[in-house]
Amino acid sequence: MNEFVETLVDLRWAEPKRSYDVVIIGGGGHGLSTAYHLAARHGITNVAVLERDYIGAGNSGRNTTIIRANYGLPEAVRFYQHSLELYQRLEGETGCDVMHATKGIFWLAHSVTTARTEQGRALLNTACGARTRYVEPEEIGRLCPLIDLGGGGRYPIVGASYHEEGATARHDRVVWAYAQGAMRKGVDVIPGTEVTGLLRDGDRVTGVVTPQGPIAAGVVLSAVGGHVTRVAEWAGVRLPIRTHTLQAFVTNAFAPVLGPIVSSNDLVFYASQTARGQMLIGAEFDRPPSYRTGTTFSYLQACARKATTVLPFLSRLRVLRQWSGVCDVSLDFSPILGQSGVDGFMLSTGWGTWGFKAIPAAGEALASLIATGTVPELIAPFGLDRFAREAAMGDPSSAGTR
Amino acid sequence: MLWLTCPNCGARPVEEFRFGGELPGVPDRITDPDERDLDYVWMLDNVDGRSVERWFHEAGCRRWHTVQRDTRTDELLDG
Repeated sequence: MNEFVETLVDLRWAEPKRSYDVVIIGGGGHGLSTAYHLAARHGITNVAVLERDYIGAGNSGRNTTIIRANYGLPEAVRFYQHSLELYQRLEGETGCDVMHATKGIFWLAHSVTTARTEQGRALLNTACGARTRYVEPEEIGRLCPLIDLGGGGRYPIVGASYHEEGATARHDRVVWAYAQGAMRKGVDVIPGTEVTGLLRDGDRVTGVVTPQGPIAAGVVLSAVGGHVTRVAEWAGVRLPIRTHTLQAFVTNAFAPVLGPIVSSNDLVFYASQTARGQMLIGAEFDRPPSYRTGTTFSYLQACARKATTVLPFLSRLRVLRQWSGVCDVSLDFSPILGQSGVDGFMLSTGWGTWGFKAIPAAGEALASLIATGTVPELIAPFGLDRFAREAAMGDPSSAGTR
Repeated sequence: MLWLTCPNCGARPVEEFRFGGELPGVPDRITDPDERDLDYVWMLDNVDGRSVERWFHEAGCRRWHTVQRDTRTDELLDG
């Protein structure tokens, strides 16, 4: 954390105690949001958040900050819509400016088949409380004149689903808002402390092992991104997760011209303009499973070609920065939340490439589960037990990065 | 970019290949037949390190190969 951050938020780091009611592994958005909600909603403050690097160093600091609820399963739409609404109230609740901005999202269809999918998405979203409607090319052109409706001559736009409440927020500030809120209520946030194992007593998980010594815990929550398979392995839990690299890049700053977020599910890319004017562009995750956080020219080339096909003005901009993160992509493209099947060990994982938007709702629901022992209805369909129940929540076409 | 070595075609960019998954490995400690089925269908080792994988050379010789790769570096390893 630098001096600029300290002027924005009041962060006080803690030294680890020997024992806590709840230990959360991973000081990203999900871990800190869970800690915040435990303290703010349930009065549980004997909580530690352990982060091996600085808070938000993982995917919370690497994502493309899109908040939306236009999913393809009723349970998912309800969950993400609730999260979207919590984001709308986040600044009021925490008193931190997270630069939340409602922009609207176009999911473009370049084929009749995809147009039908997007028409179905609009109907399903509307039925489940998310504001999505199907729009014809004429309206797309009116709402976002920068989109080339001819698709560069190769990918003409047939229609789109328009998700009106789609938004962005500043990712770091979301992390800091939850960290500050949790710290003020007495939660210990401990950066620079890596968890290297779990304490077990018979079948139960009873704490974590760190280089500074063991820490006992009533409940351990893994809110780890990318490396969750190793953490779960320490508890004897097997997960349906593959770790993939996801890349993104930004251009130089430009006048504020791109109001909505533009995404194409046929070409697979998305673009938005950040508050400082940079165009933030991403696409699908790298196909081979990998823990490598490198970037590749082939990705940049392919992604830039797709983005400039739909938004030709982008071709006049320069690439400023390209980065990547390692994502725990679940095999059904839905998160894995709640009980792990091992007493004392819970999971917030399978966030793949879609975790940022869910930070408020998942933290709230997991805090409720930890505090009351009852699985909230909102996340009940997302338990790890769904695979044994043959109730996988397959929704790859809503990830935007498949 | 990752390049894979195809035994028929030599070193080729990964874009030419289709990932076919890791060789399935249900841990011996799982003994219940239903649990083993569940693990076989869904659960993964998701190795960070030496991974034994099947790849299909879709845009080349169109044959399946077994590749060993370090998933932390994308380096190809000798079997």
